[in-house]
Amino acid sequence: MGNKRFQSSLTKKFVMAFMGLFLITFLFVHLGINFLVLLPDTTAFNVAAHFMGTNPVIKVFEVILFGGFIIHIIYGLILQIQNWMARPNRYKIEGWSHTSPFSKFMIHTAAIIFIFLAIHLADFYFKAKLGHIGEVNIDGENIHDMAALVLAKFKIFGFVIGYIVAFVILGFHLHHGFQSAFQSLGLNNRTYTPFIKSLSTIISIVLALGFIVIPIAIYFGNF
Amino acid sequence: MNLTLKIWRQENPEAKGRFEKYEISEISPDSSFLEMMDLLNEQLIKEGKDPVAYDHDCREGICGMCSLYINGRPHGPDSAVTTCQLHMRKFKDGETVTIEPWRAKPFPVLKDLIVDRSALDEIIQVGGYISVNTGGVPDANDIPIAKEKADLAMDAAACIGCGACVAACKNASAMLFVSAKVSQFALLPQGKTEAKDRVKAMVAKMDELGFGNCTNTYACEAECPKEIKVTNIARMNRQFFGAKVSG
Repeated sequence: MGNKRFQSSLTKKFVMAFMGLFLITFLFVHLGINFLVLLPDTTAFNVAAHFMGTNPVIKVFEVILFGGFIIHIIYGLILQIQNWMARPNRYKIEGWSHTSPFSKFMIHTAAIIFIFLAIHLADFYFKAKLGHIGEVNIDGENIHDMAALVLAKFKIFGFVIGYIVAFVILGFHLHHGFQSAFQSLGLNNRTYTPFIKSLSTIISIVLALGFIVIPIAIYFGNF
Repeated sequence: MNLTLKIWRQENPEAKGRFEKYEISEISPDSSFLEMMDLLNEQLIKEGKDPVAYDHDCREGICGMCSLYINGRPHGPDSAVTTCQLHMRKFKDGETVTIEPWRAKPFPVLKDLIVDRSALDEIIQVGGYISVNTGGVPDANDIPIAKEKADLAMDAAACIGCGACVAACKNASAMLFVSAKVSQFALLPQGKTEAKDRVKAMVAKMDELGFGNCTNTYACEAECPKEIKVTNIARMNRQFFGAKVSG
């Protein structure tokens, strides 16, 4: 029965957790830049977007970031498939144990986030990379007018709703993911774990709400 | 009490298996779940039918032999008790009770509600022990052990290896069981000598046997009849990564 695994389940979980925490730090950076679009003058947002798209150091981080996403997704899929295989015959009645509801749906929330990410990259990232965006002259240099694209997108009702739903789902994912990462890394401590669990709730709400208020403000505001 | 029972029946490991419905009446609310099952079997024998096969031994909640997945929960609706210690007063008169075997790839159904849990024994065999030289018995107080460490080791050692953690986990993961067995030794000086090899061997065997991966849902802790804590899982993770790094 059974087979030797190339990598232990604990190592895979370690990688998942580490990459997950890394991706959360990126979300904070992204959110910080997003807020610049709400400023009366969109120059700061365009300059920041230009910096993120062209700076050589950021370009290196971009590769690490994409690698992080891909590893997090692939490892998540491998772990999930192994988990499904571990119970080939399901229970007739199951799931009555008292547990966090968010933790049971990580693969489902992940699938929705993945779809959102694909659409998001096609709408903004690849458009910028392929030069399908208008330009604006700032200090004698022509750079992409990302602000105009963002403001136009967030005036579309369906787009705003889709964006909000995606970030509510991301909030659910992070609510379990953040604190769960510490457990997977072996960092469970009587003193710090209650704090990390509270921080997980705070981070998931701050990130989800932070990303959500921007399209709402643009949709209802004079931008 | 009158109850309708929906019980998983399966003649042998290869058979497909199905649910069968039984009516049982005049059950005392003070009887245990297994006593109720005994009465059902007496009724079935009188009717000339095959009695329901299920595991049990001590009926005192300490041997880890009884199992049963009752209405979606291992060991039934009560907390911190095994099925043999579960009372019928936890159910409502007229209720339909669904009884299934533990379901996990490493726990094949042998007959009806009995599953083969020897996968857990295989994990123990690769590291769930300490090597002690024979000879004179050393003084019990020779090695000082902090009270807190001794308490944590005792709490981990309370695991009876029933497999409820595997049954409860949506991934059929055995992490709570393995981490309890790793912790009970790793916390004590006598277990430290072989700690690195132990954790690596037991985790490798757990993976090899086809148990699922831990996603920190903590259904295991919620359903464990001995209230083993998931802090043991974090301790095992620490031990494992430490052992991997230091070789």
